Amino acid sequence: MARTRDESSPLFAGNAAGTLRLIVYLALAVVLMVLDHRNGWLWRLRYATAAVVEPVYRLAGLPAAGIRAVSVTFADRQRLTEQNQRLREDLLLANAKLNRMAAVAEQNQRLKELLDTQHSLKLNVQLARVIGVDLGAYRYALTLNMGARDGVRPGQPVIDARGVMGQVKEVLPTTSMVMLITDPSHAIPVVIERTGLRTVAYGSRDGAQLSLPNIPQAADVRVGDKLLTSGLGGRFPPGFPVGEVRSVAPSASGMFLVAMARPSADLDRSEDVLLLHDQAEPDGPPAPVTPMGPPRDLAPAASASASASAPSAASGVRR
Amino acid sequence: MNRQRLSLWWFAGTLVFALLSMLVPLPGALEPFKPYWPALLLLYWSLESEDRVTLGLAFMVGLATDLLNGVVLGEQALRLTALVFIALRFRSRLRFFPMWQQALAVLALLLNDRILLLIVRVLAGASLPPASWWISPFVGAALWPFLFLLLDDLRARLRIQ
Repeated sequence: MARTRDESSPLFAGNAAGTLRLIVYLALAVVLMVLDHRNGWLWRLRYATAAVVEPVYRLAGLPAAGIRAVSVTFADRQRLTEQNQRLREDLLLANAKLNRMAAVAEQNQRLKELLDTQHSLKLNVQLARVIGVDLGAYRYALTLNMGARDGVRPGQPVIDARGVMGQVKEVLPTTSMVMLITDPSHAIPVVIERTGLRTVAYGSRDGAQLSLPNIPQAADVRVGDKLLTSGLGGRFPPGFPVGEVRSVAPSASGMFLVAMARPSADLDRSEDVLLLHDQAEPDGPPAPVTPMGPPRDLAPAASASASASAPSAASGVRR
Repeated sequence: MNRQRLSLWWFAGTLVFALLSMLVPLPGALEPFKPYWPALLLLYWSLESEDRVTLGLAFMVGLATDLLNGVVLGEQALRLTALVFIALRFRSRLRFFPMWQQALAVLALLLNDRILLLIVRVLAGASLPPASWWISPFVGAALWPFLFLLLDDLRARLRIQ
């Protein structure tokens, strides 16, 4: 039974209406993209539809969580014992170091009080778990199981046991997205531990390394040098490990040295991360003081004169 | 009536499954091998039941994927609309291709999709992706015959359109 070839099943469907519709949809998509690129609608829309989006993230994270649970369940006893032993030793070592540190920290505190500065060594952190979701952005992002309801704010630094991982980029009510330090559009101010040289570490294209593209030619940088956060810029607190220099070479233009570094944090293996709560004190000049009016207790007595003096005060500001 | 409803649920279910499999992460080394599931499922449905798959549906599915994992709103809407348009235009011919030719056509469509994505990302200011980024269309094309046969078989078993 041969089907008659009509409009519903043309062999060469060359109707203009289809093309027109395509053009309309493509134009709509392009307009959306431009508007979103300018205004960041996507995250506002995600926030508005979080009731739908977040369960999907949790659902998509289930296989990864399941595999983790299965691997723990079926891990053989010997391996778990070994791991337990190793963790105990690590804890012992860390505690020993901490005990030694405590004295130093106390001394540091006293000296700082003498110097009248506000910096402290205390950490105010929040533990968060990574949800296994692939957000498709060339793997430069992580999703965490904490969001605005848990007090997470965009810009908070994220660290793991070994070093800085990145910073919170976007927040949903109960999940948040972290931009890793290896994202090519991320930059973090660092200081080289051995020499104290300050520079900036950018993410790199392959997503596994950091690149330090503008080190002065005369600077002393060697393979194996450790990078710490410098605290400049006020986003990351100073003194956290960032990476370790793996190679140093002259740049293509010959004006600078380019170093590549490996991040110290386990960017692709960490399951639990720490969100830092106190952000670093911003360096630079203090924020401008808000102009104060006359003391409140004077106001009712001179309410008429206050309204009369307001224009003169405004002109005083203008001058 | 009931059967129609079942087939509609099946249709929607496969698309939701595609969205979820897109979000599920693979271990680091396998990551570049992940095919672009929504495109594969939409291709299958546009070849098999053209009255359900329209440009409007492709656009809406694209918006949903953007909402879930997009970098920019509208990016995957654009890609999927273009993909479905080409598939629908050559539908009559693609359907009668032998399987290996169909897989090659799917490869061409997926590569075209990657090029579109590259253009969008570069225009938005992202850097060029690594070379392993181009593996995914080949995996998608290699999976195509199996996916096609599996879905066809399931459809025949469930006796749905």
